[in-house]
Amino acid sequence: MEWEIVMGLEVHTELATKTKIFCGCSTEFGGEANTHVCEICSGMPGTLPLLNRRVVEFAIRTGLATHCDITRKNKFDRKNYFYPDLPKAYQISQLYFPICRNGYIPVTGADGAPKKIGIHEIHMEEDAGKLIHDAFTDSTLVDYNRCGVPLLEIVSEPDFRSAAEVIEYLEKLRAILQFTGVSDCKMQEGSLRADVNLSVRPKGQTAFGTRTEMKNLNSFRAIQRAIAYEAERQIELLEDGGEVVQETRRWDDNKGISYAMRSKEDAQDYKYFPEPDLPPIEISEETIERIRASMPELPEQKKRRYTEELGLPEYDTSILTSEMAYVKLFEATVALCDSPKDVANWIMGEVMKLLSATATLPENMPLTPEALAAVINMVRAGKINRGTGKTVLEKAFCDGVDPEQYVAAHNLAQITDLSALRPVLEEVIAANEKSVSEYKAGRTQAMGYIMGQAMRALKGKAPAQEVQKLLHEMLD
Amino acid sequence: MQIDKDLVMYLEKLGRIELSEAQRAATEKDLQDILTYIDTLNELDTDGVEPASHSFPIANVMREDEVTNTARPEAILQNAPNSRDGCFVVPKTVE
Repeated sequence: MEWEIVMGLEVHTELATKTKIFCGCSTEFGGEANTHVCEICSGMPGTLPLLNRRVVEFAIRTGLATHCDITRKNKFDRKNYFYPDLPKAYQISQLYFPICRNGYIPVTGADGAPKKIGIHEIHMEEDAGKLIHDAFTDSTLVDYNRCGVPLLEIVSEPDFRSAAEVIEYLEKLRAILQFTGVSDCKMQEGSLRADVNLSVRPKGQTAFGTRTEMKNLNSFRAIQRAIAYEAERQIELLEDGGEVVQETRRWDDNKGISYAMRSKEDAQDYKYFPEPDLPPIEISEETIERIRASMPELPEQKKRRYTEELGLPEYDTSILTSEMAYVKLFEATVALCDSPKDVANWIMGEVMKLLSATATLPENMPLTPEALAAVINMVRAGKINRGTGKTVLEKAFCDGVDPEQYVAAHNLAQITDLSALRPVLEEVIAANEKSVSEYKAGRTQAMGYIMGQAMRALKGKAPAQEVQKLLHEMLD
Repeated sequence: MQIDKDLVMYLEKLGRIELSEAQRAATEKDLQDILTYIDTLNELDTDGVEPASHSFPIANVMREDEVTNTARPEAILQNAPNSRDGCFVVPKTVE
């Protein structure tokens, strides 16, 4: 039987605000335990939350970038559950009136045709604290630094039919969140997390199968592997006459398997009710238009501009706009050296090679636009050749050297004064009498060897064409 | 809605409390009385009345995104029954 996989995604993203959603504590990542904590985010009795204005603005930006309707009358709701990562014993979230609804992100469907992945809703909520299990005393330690960090939960429709669609959607969503400044989307720091709801059904059937939810997916690779594993598990189960149980499963990326987390009889009952401590948020047309007008350029707009104004091929624009870090480096470097195609080539070639060789994430880019522009300018001006350019770029990337100073200090500049070549070549000719006499006797291949010796003596710093021309002049 | 013993026991579980049999019976009656009392509200004609979620006619009470708090882990942990290494200590919790 042919099976169809049906998936929906719940993406949580931590917002790039300076402070938490309901108090003036810093959201900075890391730091000593419980140092970004106050009476409000640690859930002390008698405290009241006060909403961070920027969270609402970021939610609207995300909604506008994903073609959502913005809810004019918003309110918050309480999601009640007892777990020590949540000191109030409830999470302030939005159930009844989420701030954004009915949006979409375009992806490429199975047959290469464009396809829209629907966004059911986007809502604002607070993150929970971190539990650290202490095996030594068999107790649990709690750090509330992350508790109260603002989150957006972006809930898709069950529109995905393949892992490729899921990855493309996530890449596009991540680019949107980064380009709009809403989130830095560092998966390893948990600022972008995806839960996958997955079910299978015989191809052609319209009713959905029973779904499972997979959590703890910390990388695009983990998501891809978890989808393959879970789809196969469900299909095998059904083909053997079994049934899929609706449950939450945790992905173990080291073992490459998932296992059930919560059993059915322990089904969650969150007892939602309207949050009485926060007055409603009313969003006016003017507010939406002001935010729309101040929206930074989105990936698709940048792609179009790079093609139309800078004349870059579409392939280049797709790669450059896939990561905010590339865009930043590209635009700042172009501003310094005004040669878009050269800059694009260096980023897509050498810079990406160095990122991958040093296992550096693009967002931790160590190379400055000034350094890249300096290398490109020196190569274009003929001051250094391309090979030297690559060496200098590597030094700038890995050790942070100033390219111009490095070239001067290591005497790497091309010899542009051709009269300086002659004495070096005379020495080479004198030192290679045998080859020279062979060449003069008509063995033209000997010239290759002499040329090699000459370039070696010049440390590759002279234009090969000029050297060859000069050698012929001197020997012919 | 009918309140029965099973529902009371389910609520105990959700609320992480345990009632005696006598308390259970009393709670069952109390909850039923409360629901019956609230049912009176359903007699009201609320057509054309906008649903209210808040007691006061105010909206958009917000703060600017500026850090106003400094680190005071000792003060924050002062109310914890048990703490260690700057963390709250709670009974073992495994998911």
